[in-house]
Amino acid sequence: MTATTPSSDRSRRVRHGGPLGGAGLYLAVAVAALLFLLPFYLIVRNALMQDQEITGEDWKWWPSHIRLSNVTEPFHDLTVDFGRSLVNSAIVAVLSTVGTLLVCSLAGYGLARIPYRHANKVFYAVLVTLMVPTAVTFVPGFVLVSSLGWVDTYRGLIVPGLFSGFTCFLFRQYFLGFPKELEEAARVDGLTYWSAYWRVVVPNSLNFFAAMATITFISGWNAFLWPLVIGQDPSAWTVQVALSSYLTNQTVNYHLIFMATALSILPLVLVFLFLQRWLVQGVAQTGIKG
Amino acid sequence: MATTTTRGPARPAPQAAHTSRRRSLGTRNALNFWLFTGPFLIGLIVFVFVPIGWSVWLSFFDARFTVTPSTFIGLDNYRTVLENPNFTDSLVTFTVFAAFIVPITWGLSLGLALMVHRLRFLRAFFRSVFFLPTACSYVAASLIWKMSIFNGVRFGLANTVIGWFGFDNVAWLADPDPPWYWLVLVTLRLWLQAGFYMILFLAALQNIPAELYEAAAIDGARPGFQTFRYITLPQLRATSTAVILLLLIAAYQAFDEFYNLMGKATWGQPPLVELYKVALGESQDYGQGSAGAVILTLLICVVTLFQGRILGFGRAEEAR
Repeated sequence: MTATTPSSDRSRRVRHGGPLGGAGLYLAVAVAALLFLLPFYLIVRNALMQDQEITGEDWKWWPSHIRLSNVTEPFHDLTVDFGRSLVNSAIVAVLSTVGTLLVCSLAGYGLARIPYRHANKVFYAVLVTLMVPTAVTFVPGFVLVSSLGWVDTYRGLIVPGLFSGFTCFLFRQYFLGFPKELEEAARVDGLTYWSAYWRVVVPNSLNFFAAMATITFISGWNAFLWPLVIGQDPSAWTVQVALSSYLTNQTVNYHLIFMATALSILPLVLVFLFLQRWLVQGVAQTGIKG
Repeated sequence: MATTTTRGPARPAPQAAHTSRRRSLGTRNALNFWLFTGPFLIGLIVFVFVPIGWSVWLSFFDARFTVTPSTFIGLDNYRTVLENPNFTDSLVTFTVFAAFIVPITWGLSLGLALMVHRLRFLRAFFRSVFFLPTACSYVAASLIWKMSIFNGVRFGLANTVIGWFGFDNVAWLADPDPPWYWLVLVTLRLWLQAGFYMILFLAALQNIPAELYEAAAIDGARPGFQTFRYITLPQLRATSTAVILLLLIAAYQAFDEFYNLMGKATWGQPPLVELYKVALGESQDYGQGSAGAVILTLLICVVTLFQGRILGFGRAEEAR
């Protein structure tokens, strides 16, 4: 005990000392943080300003006159149906999250726990798909979806993305580490795999499900390439496709565009603030295993 | 063996019962397996394997404006794609992009993680700040970068700032020479991704046993660069490798910010944007688009396997 006290003291000094002392470290972190927040500040500044101020002679850090009425402007814009695109994004992101979690978690559990002769072959089929990034296969994906007549539909936007080999793989890895004793107790009580899964496994895995749900929701909301390919008609645009269309519009209406950007980010900032714990956990899990 | 022979006639009956019970258990497990895995597997076949197979088939046909072509043209699509200067240029664009974005993001996210890891107060706050851009989409970031920071006119933030130092306005995106557009593309992706990888490094830093630093201190290692070089960096090897691989694959699939920032530009087009133009642009050539997709897929498989070999990704996996 006497030997460990001084050495742990020293280790604390090693961890927190170094070239940047306390003040220097905080100064460096604060400068970096300001730079990271700058784009968010610009969104808010431009969203609440008038165009004359944005494009004015001198740079203004803050609107001389905050225009909260800008909030409703994207919804009255005649060129882009922004409200519709928000609704589309909400439907797509929510249904994608629910569907992906349902399908991939079941498959992950089956692969991890149910003894079956050909389970390995199925698992290899899943692993092969991990080699091929989904973004690269958007051409074949579009070919299939268009021949099914699913262009411009929610089905076309949602269904092809549900079968994520990566998410299935992550669930399998997670269930491999799930304590077997819990399930065995349930199975001894006469529960089938199915009811043991829903009554014992899922309720004890809610943290992992929440982490996966947060990640899936964010990537569903922020997806651009696939919605761009499938949403040919403006009525099927998600919010990202709608935002992108502002960049090619003939008229540029700065405060409207930035208000729309702010509104498109807002749901995710809320998700971020309230679910950050699971988000961090999900990133740590998905990233490392990737 | 001896016990089974002595039992003699009693042997067949229990064995038959045993195998039949095992078979019924096997059938039950098989049914359960497909109950759990079936929906996913069917979806995987229909929405992943069938399109890929279809695409490979299409790549050998003249498939302009149709996905059920009848004119077999052999390897012509592959020849056209590989001889198309736009396609080869797009691979150069990817290479340049990756050469910048991979090491810079790696360095910045590791730097942020090292700093945040050493904070004693406000640690969660700063971690959240650096991680917050993860909530932003590439499209939204492109809007900010293109309309407010690097818009090339006087009232853009970048031109305002360099104006304070007496420099003239720069047309950041509209002019390929000098290639300032790289600064726009790299800073955008850096802002969006650095916090994400910082989280990975933070998790890894927390897993380094404190005893290593204690032992090093006893051995006289100076805190700071020495412990970083000889303890932290080697301990982060597996995470570093994974981060580099993820960054490279993400750069290869870059589409959103290029599509939105570069717009109608003829320069700085990465592979996926080229592919989008060929397959879904005016020509609607699914044959050439498919051939391009096959080539890009093969390339990424080769890169993944090769990089895994070089950087010891396999070894890192085994160690885990």
